[in-house]
Amino acid sequence: MKKIECIIRPFKLEDVKEALSEIGIRGMTVSEIRGFGRQKGHTELYRGSEYTIEFVPKLKVEIVVPEDRVDEVVNTVVQAASTGKIGDGKIFVIPVDETIRIRTGERGPAAI
Amino acid sequence: MFKRQTFPCLILLLLAVLLVQPPVFAETSSPTANPGDTAWMLISSALVMLMLPGLALFYGGMVRRKNVLSSMMHSFVALGVMTIQWIFIGYSIAFGDSIGGFMGNPLDKFLLRGITPETLTGTIPEYVFIMFQGMFAAITPALISGALAERIRFRTYVTFILLWGTLVYAPLAHWVWGGGWLSQGHLLNGLGALDFAGGTVVHLSSGISALVAVILLGKRRGYPSGDMLPHNLTFTLLGAGLLWFGWFGFNAGSAVAANAQAGLAFVVTHIAAASGAIGWLIAERIHQGRPSALGAASGIVAGLVGITPAAGFVAPWAAIIIGFGAGVICYWGVLAKGRFGYDDSLDAFGVHGVGGTWGAIATGIFATIGATGLVLGNFQQLVNQIIGVVAAGLYAAAVTFILVKVLDATMGFRVDDEQEQMGLDQVEHGEVGYNF
Repeated sequence: MKKIECIIRPFKLEDVKEALSEIGIRGMTVSEIRGFGRQKGHTELYRGSEYTIEFVPKLKVEIVVPEDRVDEVVNTVVQAASTGKIGDGKIFVIPVDETIRIRTGERGPAAI
Repeated sequence: MFKRQTFPCLILLLLAVLLVQPPVFAETSSPTANPGDTAWMLISSALVMLMLPGLALFYGGMVRRKNVLSSMMHSFVALGVMTIQWIFIGYSIAFGDSIGGFMGNPLDKFLLRGITPETLTGTIPEYVFIMFQGMFAAITPALISGALAERIRFRTYVTFILLWGTLVYAPLAHWVWGGGWLSQGHLLNGLGALDFAGGTVVHLSSGISALVAVILLGKRRGYPSGDMLPHNLTFTLLGAGLLWFGWFGFNAGSAVAANAQAGLAFVVTHIAAASGAIGWLIAERIHQGRPSALGAASGIVAGLVGITPAAGFVAPWAAIIIGFGAGVICYWGVLAKGRFGYDDSLDAFGVHGVGGTWGAIATGIFATIGATGLVLGNFQQLVNQIIGVVAAGLYAAAVTFILVKVLDATMGFRVDDEQEQMGLDQVEHGEVGYNF
């Protein structure tokens, strides 16, 4: 099993969710995060004083899938979340040791 | 600390009660209060009171979230302690028997002695007049807190506003409104320095004092590089709205009657607030590209500050110039802190100091109703206005300088670096503004 961690533009969440639903992904976790990469920050003006906002608001979408679906999910997210401009985000694929469904105690890919 | 002070306080209270004479009831033939005037002044007093929660929101929204309660408390605690100070000696220093035109005798009306429900000031009960003026005494020191926000100790702040209200505000109110040397009929060719509702007494004095205090106390930790962003500008807009509303009482109430002058003051106040917002937004649009919500809130307050000394004396056309001018000039005023490097957190000087000065001078230029300004060829009035500004400014700056130095040496004015990092809500009040 792998966890696919996607940092995306907040306004792309709906597109990503729709695309993943279409390929049969039934669960995901979303959190509001801040960070920076090559996009750097932006500046805001308050009463004429300029402030640099280094950390840009993004969303993190986490999906756990069996090994054989990783490429399919990654490609789907790349397609749905892309605008082609700097700041589209990143995807990290991370190994997952175990998945347990709390309600039934099931383990392994069946619990995803 | 607190326990040690309780005992002397009790003795003071006892002494106060002994000093107060039993009420002497007025004879039936004496004049009675005018109901219309009294009703309007009761309402005006309540309107000015609402400016304190307004100021709390205005300032509270502009600080970081860890200091929101501390900033709002600066306004609320002023309403508490300045009210009691006003009843004990503040009112007497401002409106008691004049000692050489400089201040009223603090014992003359100590704890409001000698005043009964029937005592009149003009056409209204003196009690109503005391309340109206007391709201001014409460909001003025709270304005200074905007400059010092996010770095000062609560108990030193409370001590500071008590002393400042006693040594700066009350004497200045006496100079201009209590029969002191700046009032009409006194020095300066009998014209006095015009200050209808407190451009000099309230805004210039607090703005200048804010500048002096902030230069002495130094910048916030991390300023200007850190993230010093306003945490909730929706508060600030709401606060500006409440200030606008309350200012009708502040200015139109300063006629101390429900009369034509009050009507004029109401109209020009509204016009100036609107013009101030437009002026600031245009300046912002030209200078930085976008008109901002914080700019609108700031421009409203700048316009209101600007019209305050002029409210009873200028025509509506002049209110447009005064308000618009205040918006533009105060925008320039807040940019100055970046240039000169002092950290006036919420621009108490940039808005109240600069706007108050502009208003006082503009009054000397545009006064055409019940007074004559430069536009009617009276150069002397403009000179008097400048004398008023310089005298009040120098006096407020000098006393504030001494107060801040003494309090910093004895009580300590600032919290330490670690406490500043943690936020004043937690350190000074043991709570936080947001728990979700």
